Amino acid sequence: MSLTQAVFILLGGMAVLGALGMVTLRNLFHSALAMILALFSIAGIYVLLEAEFLAVVQVLVYVGAIAMLILFGIMLTRDIVGRASAVRNRQWPLALAVSAGLLAVLAVALVRAAWPLATYAPAQGGVADLGLALMGPYALPFEVASVLLLVAMVGALIIAREARE
Amino acid sequence: MSIDWIELIIVVVKALIVAFGLLIGFAYLTWFERRLVGRFQMRIGPNRVGPAGLLQPVADALKMFFKEDFVPGQADKPLFIMAPGIAMSAVLISFAVVPVGPSIRLFGREITLYLADVNVGMLVVIAVLSLGVYGIILGGWASNNKYSLLGGLRGAAQVISYELPYGLSLVGVFMLAGSLSLKDIVEAQARVPFIVLQPLAAIVFFFAAVAEANRSPFDLVEAENELVAGYHTEYSSIKFALYFMAEYISMIVASALMVTLFLGGWQGPFLPGIVWFFIKLVFMLFVFVWIRATWPRIRYDRLMAWSWKLLVPLSVANILVTAGALVLRDMGVF
Repeated sequence: MSLTQAVFILLGGMAVLGALGMVTLRNLFHSALAMILALFSIAGIYVLLEAEFLAVVQVLVYVGAIAMLILFGIMLTRDIVGRASAVRNRQWPLALAVSAGLLAVLAVALVRAAWPLATYAPAQGGVADLGLALMGPYALPFEVASVLLLVAMVGALIIAREARE
Repeated sequence: MSIDWIELIIVVVKALIVAFGLLIGFAYLTWFERRLVGRFQMRIGPNRVGPAGLLQPVADALKMFFKEDFVPGQADKPLFIMAPGIAMSAVLISFAVVPVGPSIRLFGREITLYLADVNVGMLVVIAVLSLGVYGIILGGWASNNKYSLLGGLRGAAQVISYELPYGLSLVGVFMLAGSLSLKDIVEAQARVPFIVLQPLAAIVFFFAAVAEANRSPFDLVEAENELVAGYHTEYSSIKFALYFMAEYISMIVASALMVTLFLGGWQGPFLPGIVWFFIKLVFMLFVFVWIRATWPRIRYDRLMAWSWKLLVPLSVANILVTAGALVLRDMGVF
């Protein structure tokens, strides 16, 4: 077993552990922290794949901002901090069915896929190529995604405002 | 894959020098600040322990060690212990990509004066610094104290708000240098430091950096007349010292980044690079202390308005102007 494999198993194990912790821990704050562990391990896997930029953005956006907002939301919600919440509710059979279905689809896809190796060397430099791609061939999807985010933000503002009146 | 052992030893030694350097830097920064604030307030400051009070930090450290290390009964113990460590390690790691001088030759080997030259260097610093706020928010939450919780919440809101101008103000610098690596950014300032070309970005970045370090006038996270001591109300002894260190070292990191990004890094005439770096660093630290001694703390809504309504639009405008100027330059207009 090479060093890379050992590190991958460690990081993968941490990610799985974090994901399990997120759904099983009874304290909401602790499950959010377990999710951060999972997100962080995934950033580590990106480093292992030599995708430095992706790893840094994963930490910056998911760990540094999104997870922080989730913690913020939990801390601002009344009567949630410190109280142990139930892990299951009445919808658990439905959730089980949906997850089992998803697992089946993913498993079939994983087994059937051919996993071809790339015949060309991966692009070097990363950031510059990514920038050119976003401004060139992928400019339209990039702009559409930003409009989507804007719509979501305005929508959230409107919902929050109506509740106050 | 064979490991180059000498190379490994060099990296470990450099890491130790950076870590200890930052810790000693922290200790003497407290002395520097207390002496300077003393002068600003027409008093003398600590001058009894050792010549000119130079042994005061040692005395303070000893005092800290012998205080009772107290954990509140209702606290979330693992998180309570982990939080100061997170705050501390985040700021220590972020210094790894800062170049303090040009590479030197020692025993026939080329030794670079930084720990790592990552090609996304500055983004690494921003990402690692954004982890530091977990130290504040976890400490605030784990203490199970309403003042701590409020301090933690404020910390999270403030750091998220100021991360945006912090990153956006640097886009102009990245465009001029054509790289995210701090080494390349320093080398791109060989002729003109970026503070001349990007004065607006430098000002926005500096304010955002002061806010990120939770320093006065943006120290609402620990506003003592509203929140006792904010997120570290329940902390004592060495855990409190860790928070204190994290704040002061993040001040050193912010100054080092100002020097590297805008003041030309280690470049300067006559003196060797590392000396220039330290002269500029001490100057920036002086500015930090100067601001603390002269500006009152701003109101919380003003703090938010400053970031979202002033600094973010300014840095976006700066990006537009810089990009336009670069395009005109490439077209040969000037």
